Amino acid sequence: MMNRILFILIMALTICSLANAAEPSNPVVGQSVQTAGTATTATVASVKSSAPLAKEVKSNKVITISMFMAIVFVTGVIVVKASKSNKTAADFYTAGGGISGFQNGWAIAGDYLSAATFLGIAGLTSMFGADGLMYTVGPFFSFVTILLIIAEPCRNAGKYTLGDILSLRSSSKVVRGTAAISAVVVSTFYLLGQMVGAGKLMQLLLGIPYNVSVVGVGTLMIVYVTYGGMKATTWVQIIKAFLLMLSGLALTLLLLWKFGFNMLAFYDAVALSPNIQEHVRGLMKHATPVAGFDYGQRFLETGLLLKDPLDQISLGIAFAIGAAGLPHIMMRFFTVPDAKAARKSVVIAMVLIGIFMLMVTIIGFGAALYITPQQIMAVDKGGNMAAPMIAQYLGGGVGSISGDLLMAFVCAVAFSTIIAVVSGLILAVSAAVAHDFYVNIIKDGKSDQRQQVKVAKIAAVVVGGIAILLGIACEKQNIAHLVVLAFAVVASSNFPVILFSLFWKRFNSGGIVCGLVFGALFAIGVVLVSPTMTYPKKIAADAKKIVDVMEKKQVEGVVLAENEVKALEKARVDYSKNRDGKSLVGLDAPLFPLKNPAILSVPVGFLAAILGTFLFGNRREEEMFDELFIRQNTGYNISEATDH
Amino acid sequence: MKEGRKDWAALAKIPKFIELHKKKKAFLLTLWCLGSIMFYMLPLCAGYAPELMKIKILGRLNIGYFFCLLEFAMTWAIAIIYTHKSNTYFDPLTKEVLAEITQGAK
Repeated sequence: MMNRILFILIMALTICSLANAAEPSNPVVGQSVQTAGTATTATVASVKSSAPLAKEVKSNKVITISMFMAIVFVTGVIVVKASKSNKTAADFYTAGGGISGFQNGWAIAGDYLSAATFLGIAGLTSMFGADGLMYTVGPFFSFVTILLIIAEPCRNAGKYTLGDILSLRSSSKVVRGTAAISAVVVSTFYLLGQMVGAGKLMQLLLGIPYNVSVVGVGTLMIVYVTYGGMKATTWVQIIKAFLLMLSGLALTLLLLWKFGFNMLAFYDAVALSPNIQEHVRGLMKHATPVAGFDYGQRFLETGLLLKDPLDQISLGIAFAIGAAGLPHIMMRFFTVPDAKAARKSVVIAMVLIGIFMLMVTIIGFGAALYITPQQIMAVDKGGNMAAPMIAQYLGGGVGSISGDLLMAFVCAVAFSTIIAVVSGLILAVSAAVAHDFYVNIIKDGKSDQRQQVKVAKIAAVVVGGIAILLGIACEKQNIAHLVVLAFAVVASSNFPVILFSLFWKRFNSGGIVCGLVFGALFAIGVVLVSPTMTYPKKIAADAKKIVDVMEKKQVEGVVLAENEVKALEKARVDYSKNRDGKSLVGLDAPLFPLKNPAILSVPVGFLAAILGTFLFGNRREEEMFDELFIRQNTGYNISEATDH
Repeated sequence: MKEGRKDWAALAKIPKFIELHKKKKAFLLTLWCLGSIMFYMLPLCAGYAPELMKIKILGRLNIGYFFCLLEFAMTWAIAIIYTHKSNTYFDPLTKEVLAEITQGAK
């Protein structure tokens, strides 16, 4: 009873903070536009000539807030309902293995499609055209690896975590401990990326201050996970996936309807838009139009953003095998009864995710056509508002009730996306901490169900708390590298180890620990010296260029316009602030040329796992392989894993 | 593990089991490699053969655009092939192996 009251209280508090914080209009969006102004000189120069652009989105706060509250309310009801059936650890981590393949497919889609996929890819396409479409291929292709290599063997051999699968090869506590640490580290990177993204999004969508949104989202997620466990998380993810598909479908249909569902006419209109043409010219840094060059057509060709093929292949490797080892995705396969259901769920997720990604790129092109890339970038440099803005336009335009409704709906869907992904992550970390560390290392696997669930809930609260604190601390950090890092670390540590445990007879504890530790450390190390980090000297050099240009103008006697004076002041400040700075590890320039370490760190991870195996031979563990091998191939003894 | 005493090594030598895992491994690996080759072809072509990717096929849509769509189609095709093969071949075989294992265990 006390629990119920506490739950309602926290929910009420969260909703209130949402409602209150949304009242003042938002000053922060304007700031990000200023930074955009100096960063992309070429584009901004071309924008100046046209009519002034709105710097923030005019939304109907009442409608938006009601939509958000509706999401919080509906998901809250699910959590309360699910909390009644959370008795055992299996209930808490895997919903007792009682999720059907069909449901799990929707839940995987809900777990995998983050706000970054929805808003980010729509934005990317609206700013860089066909590269947005090319970018989606990577995250989508990752499901081939999940389907062919991970899903069924994991369902057959595992119980709750990665540690369970590896422990079938080795009863060593060191192995379980390393697996747990790896899961915690990777999920924390991923979680932090989501939290910072959530904070910034809420600021953008609703005008809620950053800290308030991080605390609000974090608290809400802790409550959801601790009360609802896997069952509630699954249903939240299913509903979110449904809402996401619905909003994607609605926007795509409304958009293509304008062209009588003729895709060719639609792309003709995109290529002929003068705004897009001007934008592409800015991207290509052509100061004056090159005669005969079809800038509109260029928007439909690849390579405006993704230029370096090596970088792309490296990113491709990270996606192709990285997603397969993400703890929160892997955990989803333990919620279905058997391998057949696991297979079915991946196929359903693949259909949903593929269709959704294709729709998102069309929405992105539509946003470029109707909202214009200049306007999208004026509101948010990262293009995150492309989808909400095109929703408002398609619904009837700024100020119309239907337009505001559609935009509020899209924003609320983005919010539900954050809820679903973050709760899946918190659950995965909680399982690693409570099941691997507490139950199997501290208690030697002897712990009663009540105790296990209790520890898992405490772990979820602590993890959520840490995520909130880190999220607040990292507000000003460039968090793009965290998600890159999560994928790269998983690809170079978890994936080789999972692959070898499942398929290589001689693989042993030495290989597991070496692979996990060296693969992860090496990937992190390479990211630390890669261009993904911030290099103050480079910022200073760019600022110096602006200062030089402006000062030269002044010397020549040209009176600077108001925004030019501002840009000059900002560049001077940037220059003096960053002149003597070093990157996080004390470098002036990156040592590794690519943004993504996978192309180098994945082979190193594999090598470390192989070397470790040969250095620390263990006959007994080789014999254990037969058991794991039979289990992962046939699903034998699977009932043992689910009932207690 | 309540039945840890089982002779797994003997079970692993059941001919049907060997057939199952050999066929499965070959099938999965081939499919995965083919898929991966197709996947890495896209960034390679986009990076090193941009002129090829620009060739218009349908209206303003070019090879690059259709290559991306092809990747989606290929991924779905892999899912269909794999599901079909599993349902018609691997699942029945797995059932037979399981029947033999449980018999042998008792």
